[in-house]
Amino acid sequence: MKAKAITLNVNGRQHQVTLFPNVTLLEALRDLNYTDVKNGCEKGDCGACAVELNGRVINSCLVLAWQADGARILTNAGLGTMESPHPLQEAFADAGAVQCGYCTSGMIMAAKALLDENPNPSETEIREAISGNLCRCTGYSQIINAVQMTAEKMMQQKAQE
Amino acid sequence: MLPEFELLMPRTLPEALEMMDESSRVMPLAGGTNLLVDLRGRLSRPQTLINIGGLDELRGVRVEDGYIVVGSAATIADLKRNALIAKHGQALRQAATVFANPLIRNRATIGGNLAYGSPAADAAPPLLVLGAEVELLSKDTKRTVPLEEFITGVRKTVRHPRELITAIRWPIPPEGSVGVFRKLGLRKADAISVLSIAVMLRHKDTGDCDQLRIALGAVAPTPIRAAAAEDLLDGRPLTPEVIAQAAQLASEATQAIGDIRGSAAYRKRVITALVQRLLTNLAKDTKEKKH
Repeated sequence: MKAKAITLNVNGRQHQVTLFPNVTLLEALRDLNYTDVKNGCEKGDCGACAVELNGRVINSCLVLAWQADGARILTNAGLGTMESPHPLQEAFADAGAVQCGYCTSGMIMAAKALLDENPNPSETEIREAISGNLCRCTGYSQIINAVQMTAEKMMQQKAQE
Repeated sequence: MLPEFELLMPRTLPEALEMMDESSRVMPLAGGTNLLVDLRGRLSRPQTLINIGGLDELRGVRVEDGYIVVGSAATIADLKRNALIAKHGQALRQAATVFANPLIRNRATIGGNLAYGSPAADAAPPLLVLGAEVELLSKDTKRTVPLEEFITGVRKTVRHPRELITAIRWPIPPEGSVGVFRKLGLRKADAISVLSIAVMLRHKDTGDCDQLRIALGAVAPTPIRAAAAEDLLDGRPLTPEVIAQAAQLASEATQAIGDIRGSAAYRKRVITALVQRLLTNLAKDTKEKKH
């Protein structure tokens, strides 16, 4: 097994890293200190490691880092800052949708993928969109509220523009 | 931590075919939603993986000589969004909308779903009713195998270690064709099918229907066609009596086993009920079309 130099483009920053082929994107991101990406089940059941890869939300535990060489990677931490959070991040805080916080990053990435395609989703569509993300605290009602609040807010903002 | 392996990154299909060899220790990797999970669980121990997920030659959906041709590395999400699939692969589109969960659908590929050879592969029943074929390519051979002959047992297919699945294809269904897919899982999302069923038929202008096909998943070592039920229904009006008889025949065609997701008896009873329900709904559509 030989290591190889690859480029990971994360939240707009380029990282040159030398990695063995059996390193997952999840492991690579956490080693680069993107610790908002959580390691849950490591088999694609929980969604805690969800990130965007070239614009599509995926489980980073099921992608090898080499497969992401040169691709655009976006994590929850790349969506906003403490001073200027993404509307979803703000709504998750306001709605009490963050309990232990472990599922939050993945939930927000899955919700973002939904709102990117469907700015006015029904409750059923929200539930379907986060069906690959588990919340062990079972705070789903607040999470769904947060996504609904975000959709309303973003639509209002659009209407005002 | 994943076990050690070599990872080859071909940039073109010919390059990838050159890398495949006789040894089953060499395996293609695309979406990785099954393979990486098996590697982590040490259920599969390949020495070398060949990354084919990024190959342009294996992506996309196109029309070719009266066939719909889907690249083997097209993702389930690609199928869900594609207009050709919505029109000419209705049952497959429905399966794509209930396949695993949105995160998995963005990675899992149609080729991988079939290559894995699971009796519960959700793409298989829709592709069986569509009459799909699997295109297999190696460095010096090319062949097309009907899907019914491709999966031969639990996790067994006729793919030779040197071959790659390059495409899945089926004849464009005739005008008036409709397809449906239903899956029973232990929960609404992210579930392995307890059983699944696809039905396709053609509504004729006369109000009758023909070309009726039924396929069942997770009730035999491979996804199967319910041939006896199809023969009974062929060219006959879909009356409640005929439908009930066909549903019984479909259930008898299964070799359902009991497992963690359901008992054999439960599976057989639900198959009868679901075949009856889907056929009744489709018959109603035929009648409404007549009037």
